[in-house]
Amino acid sequence: MANCPECGGEVSLHDDAEVGEIIDCGTCGAELEVIDIDPPVLETAPELEEDWGE
Amino acid sequence: MEIGVLYSRIRHDEKLLLGELRERGHEVVKIDVRDQRFDLTEPPAAVVDCDLVVDRCLATSRSRYATRFLAAYGIPVVNDPDTAAVCADKAECSLALAGAGVPTPRTEVAFTKESAMASIERFGYPCVVKPVIGSWGRLLAKIDSRSAAEAILEHKSTLGHYEHKVFYVQEFVAKPGRDIRVVATDGEPIGAMVRSSDHWLTNAAKGADTAKFDLDSEARDLVARASDAVGGGLLGVDLMETDDPDAEYSYTVHEVNHTVEFKALDGVADGDVPAQVVDWLESKAKTADGAAVAAP
Repeated sequence: MANCPECGGEVSLHDDAEVGEIIDCGTCGAELEVIDIDPPVLETAPELEEDWGE
Repeated sequence: MEIGVLYSRIRHDEKLLLGELRERGHEVVKIDVRDQRFDLTEPPAAVVDCDLVVDRCLATSRSRYATRFLAAYGIPVVNDPDTAAVCADKAECSLALAGAGVPTPRTEVAFTKESAMASIERFGYPCVVKPVIGSWGRLLAKIDSRSAAEAILEHKSTLGHYEHKVFYVQEFVAKPGRDIRVVATDGEPIGAMVRSSDHWLTNAAKGADTAKFDLDSEARDLVARASDAVGGGLLGVDLMETDDPDAEYSYTVHEVNHTVEFKALDGVADGDVPAQVVDWLESKAKTADGAAVAAP
């Protein structure tokens, strides 16, 4: 369990969570990046950049 | 094998890839490109022991430079930086396709509002203006009138990054409400799907519906030729069906993507897409290893 850096709400990680994955805060809806798994650390996800894609 | 996965965001595609690689017992090194520094001659420690690095960078700019550096160090990387450079830029990609005789929408590039307007008027309405760098259907404009063209060119020339002043103008292809995405490895299709929408943009990222598509021999041939035209690799080749009975081909290839997303295809394809991708990665790593052993 980690706290959302935006609203402070509790966010739990799935068992298969990966560092670098983006998850949504269930309380405020913020997009959060998984920085670490054990212990879980979350940061606000980077904003979409113009050159992102495939 | 030690396989490096170069990333800045782990999407569902990367999770599928990581899962398959680990399941097969490969040592997987996740390399966050944001943490790396690229010296001119000394590779970052994270990649030194990799048998192969897979570029899954979300940002095109990072993908282009990181693969270029890895190749310079002699570290096998897919896709090849030359392929990345061609696919990342729509003008380069159009040139490569046309140069290889692959049917692709008529396109002109112009550098001023006036010359771009001349291209637009030549194609007639509707036509399409696209950024040379970009993805997921963003910032694409279908232009239905001269007044709309004037507004879009004015906005692009005034508000945009300098790349938006490279006006990429293309004929509008009246596709039948869908286009075709083929994921292929060195020109051999892994699977194909149609992306359907009532909107003129049918990108999966725009919410288009996806369904399995069976490629005919002509489509397979065009995929192979499009792949060759950009240098091969793990690619997403996009085709549109044309309805011109007089045309030489039934399809036109409008795009080739070098960091292809395959999660949508995996959801509709008969085969196991990530497994087939990893099959190909393993073959590339073995080939690279063989080349290294054979080198003097």
